[in-house]
Amino acid sequence: MSIETKRPDLARYAKEIMEIAQNAGLDFFETRFEMVDFDTMQQIAAYGGFPQRYPYWRFGMEYEKLRKQHVYGLGKIYELVINNDPCYAYLVADNELTDQKLVMAHVYAHCDFFKNNYWFSKTNRKMMDEMANHATRVRKHIDRYGHDTVESFIDICVTLDNLIDPHSPFMRREKHIGGVEEQRAAAERAASQSSPGFQAKPYMESWINPPAVMRRQREAELKERQESKGRLPEQPLRDVLRFLLEHAPLEDWESDVLAMIREEAYYFAPQGQTKIMNEGWATFWHSRLMTTKILRDEDIITYADHHSGTVAMSPGRLNPYKVGVELFRDIEDRWNRGRFGKEYEECSTMSEMRKWNKDVGLGREKIFEVRSIHNDVTFIDEFLTPEFVDRFKMYHYRYDPATRRMVVVNRDFKKIKQQLLFMLTNHMQPYIYVVDGNYGNRGELYLAHKHTGVDLDIKYAVETLKNVQRIWRRPAHLQAMINEEMVLFSFDGEQSQQQKIHEDLPKPAHSV
Amino acid sequence: MALKIEKDHQRFRQIVKGKIRKDLRKFLTRGELLGKEGERMISIPVRGIELPHFRYGDNNDAGVGVGDGESGDPVDGQDGNMGPGGTQEGQHILEVEVSLDELADILGDELKLPRIKPKGQHSITSEKDKYSGIRTTGPESLRHFKRTFRAALKRQIMAGLYDPDFPIVVPIRRDQRYRSWKTVKKPQSNAVIIYMMDVSGSMGDEQKELVRLEAFWIDAWLRRNYEGIESRYIVHDVRAGEVDRQTFFRIREDGGTKISSAFHLCKQVIETNYDPNEWNIYIFHFSDGDNSSESDSRECCRMIKEVLLPKANMFGYCQVASAYGSGNFINVIHEHLDKLDGVITSRVNTKDDIYDSLKTFFGAGK
Repeated sequence: MSIETKRPDLARYAKEIMEIAQNAGLDFFETRFEMVDFDTMQQIAAYGGFPQRYPYWRFGMEYEKLRKQHVYGLGKIYELVINNDPCYAYLVADNELTDQKLVMAHVYAHCDFFKNNYWFSKTNRKMMDEMANHATRVRKHIDRYGHDTVESFIDICVTLDNLIDPHSPFMRREKHIGGVEEQRAAAERAASQSSPGFQAKPYMESWINPPAVMRRQREAELKERQESKGRLPEQPLRDVLRFLLEHAPLEDWESDVLAMIREEAYYFAPQGQTKIMNEGWATFWHSRLMTTKILRDEDIITYADHHSGTVAMSPGRLNPYKVGVELFRDIEDRWNRGRFGKEYEECSTMSEMRKWNKDVGLGREKIFEVRSIHNDVTFIDEFLTPEFVDRFKMYHYRYDPATRRMVVVNRDFKKIKQQLLFMLTNHMQPYIYVVDGNYGNRGELYLAHKHTGVDLDIKYAVETLKNVQRIWRRPAHLQAMINEEMVLFSFDGEQSQQQKIHEDLPKPAHSV
Repeated sequence: MALKIEKDHQRFRQIVKGKIRKDLRKFLTRGELLGKEGERMISIPVRGIELPHFRYGDNNDAGVGVGDGESGDPVDGQDGNMGPGGTQEGQHILEVEVSLDELADILGDELKLPRIKPKGQHSITSEKDKYSGIRTTGPESLRHFKRTFRAALKRQIMAGLYDPDFPIVVPIRRDQRYRSWKTVKKPQSNAVIIYMMDVSGSMGDEQKELVRLEAFWIDAWLRRNYEGIESRYIVHDVRAGEVDRQTFFRIREDGGTKISSAFHLCKQVIETNYDPNEWNIYIFHFSDGDNSSESDSRECCRMIKEVLLPKANMFGYCQVASAYGSGNFINVIHEHLDKLDGVITSRVNTKDDIYDSLKTFFGAGK
């Protein structure tokens, strides 16, 4: 129920805070607050923030966990906001007034982030309706094909829902001039004619670019082109789900379900890519607005208590709220005092650096720019400084097999940054590519894991590969590096198999 | 208003209970939420279903944290020098009692109660008062303030006597609510559970953790259903000794394994304290199955058959997986005692097997 009818007093605060936020420079979609009781809030949270989702047991599982947390006082959901136009946000009915104000300030900053951050720019802003449509469509399929059938298929799709390419919405491909065939022919002509050899005076040509070598090179190149021409996909593809949608022999309803789950995965992806920034930005603004404009005397204690709870750090765990807000504050401060650029970096003494203040006052402008163009990876890469790491006593830890616990390794800035970036890149998900949809010319699917320092979990990989096969129907393979050896996992519908990759296996087994 | 998610929740519960979608059961997980209740740490079990994804494996255990600490210090902030010889008491994590109701919900459909026979002179049932109801009359000492207030508030609102700007609520006689009790009957019986554990060198911390969990649930399951159950704990390597509950779960010893030593002690404990005509006796033995000699294993089987089983309702043997040793004892039992009613064996390799193991022990209703 909207707060206008249920709690006019809160609606007044919402309006007041909206104006304060706008004056501070925040720019958001129209934001609607809904008042719900805690149980409804848990349902919405279990649904990933939406009032409607398709029927699925996983939401029920999430709900049970949230409810237990609530019952035992281990956690409480204060706010929920959906990236949608208009933005919807939920307030829990029995929260204190101070909390409600805090949540409102926090929510307006989130909405600003949704609207202005580049990584959200391609998301569907009518997702609330879309989710409701998905629910209706899945219900229809259930009525027609049976609950267990549809649910089992959703299970399969959900296990693959990280096989998307979060960057693909941003790729714009050049428009083809003329048909594909024509283009390819042109490229071939170019390849056969142009000699990519070294530049040489005409009389030196045959020595610097010997014809025999040149011919061999051209032939190799042409052969390569010939081979890739027949291959599907031409280039390894990260959007495995899209490939399956386009090429797997799915029933209509199955395509529909898979497409839905893919769409939802793309919708949620930017939230994973900007967790630290998004929460940091919202915390930065609720704290700024609350402490300078909104708080009344009687709110102070409650506010201080709850704010400090939000940004509390426990050892061994990084709180995205805290890291985010402190980085934004640090950026604002650095750009206000001109502590950036060549001159500052080249300061010869620490004391000079510490005293540095050029009073340029660019902080505000800078933080708004940062919130528009960065995601967590670039944010940390660009703005995490050794001083920051030092100030917040950050360390790098690792599992120690001797004591069987996590132990502090060191406080080396480079290692910490590297570890953070690794954890944020692709949201801790492995990179899986479709390499060949017609492996061994038998219509089998060939996936490959791009190794970035950490092996795949074998047990999970084997189980997941089974689900890939269930969609593809023909045998499916996964190439992955395990303990520094290339291994090929296969599932043919009945049996799982794994073998070291050796020379006798058909391509592309040892060429990727 | 019923929530839409109730249906999803119901469906999830049914999957967990194994009524529908049995194909998902292999992905069941038993997680926990850790909380604090006063000074005690409590653990709230949370069941889940974890579908597989392509994901990174375990050689990924690293991260970034914040706080004090030198290189080499453990991250969880606990005292670093709490090795095996430590004198400090470790922090115990208790499972919350509510989890037992939970257990009953989940397992109740599948587990049967042990057939405890009426033995001895004690009455079969015990009575207990539980304050669980509400009624309109009763002694003032049992007045339920909140309910009374609510009833008064309701009446005043209905009668139009309630003014939100001057919120005074005055209960009258018929608003008064009192706690009332119900008498609950619980079967009472003379039952004793004797737990025996192998603590030889090959039983590592992981194995003991499995035993601890398994024994905890056996204990919990029986205690929930019967009043007056006694427990005895025996540990053994080549020699056996009786210990208390705390020691049982925390002790670490080394040395070889001679299972029959524990059975001899078990026999003594039964003979001195528990007359089989008066007591229902349940014996559980936990081991990694790596007995020192084949002849001892045979001796054990003889003892189970001729000495222990005639006195006991059930002999349960639970073998945990271990990195060392042959784990052959379970095979010897199968070979020699296969047809004996009352001997039940199960294997537990990971935490996930505990549930199935419990089902093996109690599924038949012995």
